[in-house]
Amino acid sequence: MSRAAAIVGIGQTRHKKRRDDVSLPGLVREAAQRALDDAELNWTDIDAVVLGKAPDPFEGVMMPELSMADALGAVGKPIMRVHTAGSVGGSTALVATHLVQTGIHERVLTVAYEKQAEGNAQWGLAGGRSGGMGAGGIFAPWMKSYTARSGAPEHIGWMVAVKDRRNAAKNPYAHLKMPDLTIDDVKESPMLWDPIHFHESCPSSDGACAMVVTNEAGAARAPHRPSWVLGTAMRSELGTFPGRDPVRPQAGVECAHAVYEAAGITDPRHQIDIAELYVPFSWYEPMWLEGHDIAAPGEGWRMVESGETQIDGASGMLRFAEAALQVSGRAGEHQVPDANVALGQAYGGAAQYFAMWVVGSSLDAIGHPSR
Amino acid sequence: MVNDIAIIGYAQSPSWRRSELTEPQFLFPVISEALDTANVARRDIGFTCAGSCDYLSGQTFAFVMNLEAVGAWPPISESHVEMDGAWALYEAWVRLQHGDIDIALAFGSGKSSPGSTAEIYPLQLDPYTLTPLGVDPVSLAALQARAMLDKGTITEREMAEIAARSRANAADNPYAQVRGKADPDDLLREPYVTVPLRRHDLPPISDGACAVVLATADKARAVAKRPVWIRGFDHRIEAHQPGMRDLTESLSTRQAAKHAGVADGPVDVAEVSATFSHQEKLLREAMGLDDHVAVNPSGGPLAANPVMAVGLARIAEAARAIAERGASRAVAHATSGQCLQQNLVCVLEGE
Repeated sequence: MSRAAAIVGIGQTRHKKRRDDVSLPGLVREAAQRALDDAELNWTDIDAVVLGKAPDPFEGVMMPELSMADALGAVGKPIMRVHTAGSVGGSTALVATHLVQTGIHERVLTVAYEKQAEGNAQWGLAGGRSGGMGAGGIFAPWMKSYTARSGAPEHIGWMVAVKDRRNAAKNPYAHLKMPDLTIDDVKESPMLWDPIHFHESCPSSDGACAMVVTNEAGAARAPHRPSWVLGTAMRSELGTFPGRDPVRPQAGVECAHAVYEAAGITDPRHQIDIAELYVPFSWYEPMWLEGHDIAAPGEGWRMVESGETQIDGASGMLRFAEAALQVSGRAGEHQVPDANVALGQAYGGAAQYFAMWVVGSSLDAIGHPSR
Repeated sequence: MVNDIAIIGYAQSPSWRRSELTEPQFLFPVISEALDTANVARRDIGFTCAGSCDYLSGQTFAFVMNLEAVGAWPPISESHVEMDGAWALYEAWVRLQHGDIDIALAFGSGKSSPGSTAEIYPLQLDPYTLTPLGVDPVSLAALQARAMLDKGTITEREMAEIAARSRANAADNPYAQVRGKADPDDLLREPYVTVPLRRHDLPPISDGACAVVLATADKARAVAKRPVWIRGFDHRIEAHQPGMRDLTESLSTRQAAKHAGVADGPVDVAEVSATFSHQEKLLREAMGLDDHVAVNPSGGPLAANPVMAVGLARIAEAARAIAERGASRAVAHATSGQCLQQNLVCVLEGE
């Protein structure tokens, strides 16, 4: 009894190193208010709220849904708090979508945030102990493994960094805008974790993203083209065990296949116009292109090199929201022409948690005649 | 409107004051037992949802290790809420409504023993106005009890009687931590911990886990001897600032109970997350339970309080009352936050 679900409101904050101008509730409120404004809905129109964020120790607030209940307009309503590591923004959007698809609620507000300047993400990632290797330290050996396996030359990582930072210059909400960043700048930037240079690494940002998910009747009243959810999937696997392939984690492969099947996609490379992939470190672009079978094994970096992946774009829910924005044709300066089908992806933990959705400009966007 | 979903298996660990085992270590046998009682295997599970709290474990991403207890290989469809396992069960119940899978597992686990609850819980409050005050759960609960006493909705004797009954009820509960005969007169002679709360009004500090297996109607009828049906499921939150709330009422419990349909039929048993004695009376009133309802026949949180599992354990105990002890209709309640800020109500029925 799965019903149609659509995204009718999308809002995000300006993402910055430090948002000292707002409190934690102020930050989420800013994104949520924008999503409501975008949907031309009021707080009273919302039936339930789903809040996502990765570890509480990042800001030092335990179970923040409790102290944010008022700011999120959740008083008197159900609110849930999702935490699935780095994939959380994605899985939060999926929990909200499921509440609509199952007919339990008609309009759900979903919000994800990080206010990393309140704390120290590296310290938080290390469980409050010193000497943690950080996310980059965990992922770097797998990137090395990828380049060894695929024969990818080192400039691929630099190219991804340049592309993403230049694209971000067209995104009014982006934290880092570097329209003039060059390959040499990336190459010459300090090495953080070999092969990851400074400019190939994600920033620590303060920011929030929000969406309003609704049913078919709600979508019919939307003030602009809704983005339809064509498929959802979540997969998790253990982070460490003998024989695990962390370069192409099986959970990522199976999650992609599940979401393609749910959406009716048989040829992802040609049927998907936009892939919003969570690429916190440059090399994850080719790794996920291959790890989600958008590119054949060993071909991901060639797609990057050929410029086929030009333009794509903070964290989990932003990827999901950007995918929705593109298929509704409202991405502004960074809009991809004729984007009808988009994949939103987020991953987390030791590249072991995956969340994905496929969104479309219409319910029959896959294999649409215009394609 | 919603599809019938049944509880087909449940299990819990004993409630320990301090377990030397890690969370995944004590979760593993609990999940295995829940699946055994449900007569299903790990590979049969279509969706898994966990509830736990990084701050209790003192470890960022602590929940990731709990995947070991599920056995997430080959990869599984799975999610996690930073909430009591009762909300994990809610998410699993939602997921089963899609109808594409037929079995789901929810579990909750927590270890309160490694840290100091009086130091950790202030972090759960508004970080600007309340955390710096260092208000701990016992102080806030004491304010709530004080408000009830001042309003005349409870007496210290009633609180002692609730505690004594909880301990007596826990006498034959193998999972309980605090149990045995207690005379309310003796309890009332004990000194205050934080006025007006005495030792017996407080929950124990516990480590523990609980797991519940759900199935769609067809699957439940095929595999379970005595499926317990979820007839209503709702949860609500209220304002955060204690000063903005009437602490002598539980408005959000009342709302959740209404939406879950508690009043649609007679209730035999209620398992409620009354972490402090006075909250039992408050919850009883909020859910409209009369004096004939057996409240916390397991002993409740005053007998065993494994945070993050204790709410789910209420649902498991309510299911047990129906499946094993002849009750027809039961209500389970879970809570989150201080002074009952967020509340979940689940209505269960037998065949």
